[in-house]
Amino acid sequence: MRKRRLRGLRARLVVAFGLVAAVAAISTGALTFREARTGILQQSQDATIRQLRAQLSQHAAELTLPPDESSLRKFAQDMAATESQGSWRVLVTYGDLSGSSVPGDPFTEVTPGVREAVGASRATVFQRVRGDGRTSLVVGMSILFGTPDSAATVTGVRVFLVVPQTTEQAYVDALVTAVERAMVAALALAVVLALLAARGVLVPVRKLRLATRRIAEGRLDTRLAVNGSDELADLSHTFNETAAALETSVAELREMEARARRFAADVSHELRTPLAAMSAVTDVLDEDAARLDPDTATAVRLISEETVKLARLVDDLMEISRFDAGAAVLHLDEIDLAESIRRSLASRGWTDTVATDLPPPHAVRGRVDPRRLDVVVANLVGNALKHGARPVQVRLSAGDAGAVIEVRDSGPGIPHDVLPHVFERFYKSDTARIRSEGSGLGLSITAENVRIHGGTVHAANHPAGGAVFTVELPLWRDESPEENPS
Amino acid sequence: MSRVLLIEDDPAVREGVALALRRQSHDVAATATGEEGMDRLRAFRPDIVVLDLMLPGMTGLDVCRGIRAVDQTLPIIMATARGDEVDIVVGLEAGADDYVVKPVLARVLDARIRAVLRRAAGSTPRAEGLPKIDTYGDLAVDRAGLTVALNGEPIALAPSELRLLLTLSASPGQVFSRQQLLEAVWEHDYHGDARLVDACVKRLRTKMSEPPRAPRYIHTVRGFGYRFAAP
Repeated sequence: MRKRRLRGLRARLVVAFGLVAAVAAISTGALTFREARTGILQQSQDATIRQLRAQLSQHAAELTLPPDESSLRKFAQDMAATESQGSWRVLVTYGDLSGSSVPGDPFTEVTPGVREAVGASRATVFQRVRGDGRTSLVVGMSILFGTPDSAATVTGVRVFLVVPQTTEQAYVDALVTAVERAMVAALALAVVLALLAARGVLVPVRKLRLATRRIAEGRLDTRLAVNGSDELADLSHTFNETAAALETSVAELREMEARARRFAADVSHELRTPLAAMSAVTDVLDEDAARLDPDTATAVRLISEETVKLARLVDDLMEISRFDAGAAVLHLDEIDLAESIRRSLASRGWTDTVATDLPPPHAVRGRVDPRRLDVVVANLVGNALKHGARPVQVRLSAGDAGAVIEVRDSGPGIPHDVLPHVFERFYKSDTARIRSEGSGLGLSITAENVRIHGGTVHAANHPAGGAVFTVELPLWRDESPEENPS
Repeated sequence: MSRVLLIEDDPAVREGVALALRRQSHDVAATATGEEGMDRLRAFRPDIVVLDLMLPGMTGLDVCRGIRAVDQTLPIIMATARGDEVDIVVGLEAGADDYVVKPVLARVLDARIRAVLRRAAGSTPRAEGLPKIDTYGDLAVDRAGLTVALNGEPIALAPSELRLLLTLSASPGQVFSRQQLLEAVWEHDYHGDARLVDACVKRLRTKMSEPPRAPRYIHTVRGFGYRFAAP
């Protein structure tokens, strides 16, 4: 969940905007900082060197060559005194002799490297030295002696000036602070903009997601409000068109389905009235057939038998159309399943032909619809007797999920290409005896009856031969409030 | 040999069923409409009425209510072509004692007729010793005279309703499953229809002026069946 959040559109937008803002601010800030810092330092450096040169050319004349230590010290003090704020520290050396403006000052800033560089070159040497948290500018030069038109000679006197750069450092620090602040502000602004942009995209996307979910839940009249004319609006528009098309096709499908169901129910119903008349008199025909001549008797018995079959087929069709219309209702009652199976077999005269393996009374009790359970058992056993071979065995046991009813025959089993289709309506495995007994609806009615109980039924072949139908029925279910009309 | 009044609008079905029932040695009078059937009721004095649910004009339900208004004890079997839950339940609640779904074989209809008549006969006075009247709160059940009175007022019960009340009140406190009641009252086999029981209990409660939400005498035991409680 957390991972998904980080990968979300909002997070990605915020990170992207933040990165862009950071890169822009950092590069702008770095460039500005470098230019400004160089400018500030260069300016102060040039000013200091210019001032030092001016002071040197003014005071150099007072120095007698070769100088002694006291004159060097005086020279240094004079030089330092020319700077109004008194921040200059001056060191003057001549060979091994040296004099400084501040007595006892070790002049740690003046490194051997600088000293050497000043000795070797006639040019002015400068270096910025950082130490003890302060930055200082060290300027060193040799005093030259000579006239403007002739080559100058090195006097051997070297002057080192140390100027603290606190002001410049302060300027630079202020610059850094300013850049930092600007960056924080820019980043914050970028995040806010990113959130706004994300919202602009996310709100329509979220609406789209909700609408899609509603469609998936079956509320096909869901439509999106289309604002503006951007890509998201186009998407919403397309969504609406798709939803409308879907709604139309689903409505057409439902209409067709309802018509088909109504047709099946109407046909069955219309068949019932003539069948009712015919069924009523089949016994009369059967009785009288014995007294008729053989051909007429055969014809009469045939009509009688076919009428009974037709009546059963119409009953099955009505039952199927009830399942299709969702009008099949469970009337749950707490019963003893073994007793129920025993009575199902007994009422059809199968007690002697079917072997049973049933638990003792009250071992397997549960809430099922007794009539539907009877239909399931009767259809499976009837099917085994008709299409399989005897002996047929019925076994009931209590499993983890509920009751397990197993009906096994000793016939050749079901061909493998037929197995997946045995519960289909009107499916007949043997095309040669297509008008054999049975309508081909029995097993599909069985499957529907099991399904309405929330159970499962499947067909398989036993390793030792014969087909096995296994029904798993949950025995205890949450009671629905309308279940007990009272 | 019993007198059967058949009310059925379809001529073929009417003739066929009448023919078959006569072969089963019933005395049959057949009418095509409910109004005609109601007229024949007094003259023919049938033992049982076989009534089609869907009739032109006066429907089977109207006829059933009409008969119940004048005769509480005349057994009625509904014959319905639809066989949907709603039709069956509505028919039973209107006061029918049993129902068959068309098409029905003549011997099945005959068996149903005989079963209903047997039960109705069982409700007539029997020589079982001294009159015995059980009193439960405001309810008085005369087991010998087979009459039921509420607050001294006799209430008219159809045969199946009376048998149901007698069965339940014979052992107050005991819970009867629908199957048990079905076998005791309707003599149906094990896979008879539990809706018969529910519909009959509903009619009985109405006649006993039971509050629908909190019945005093006949309690529903959720998920199992019914119990008679003596307040």
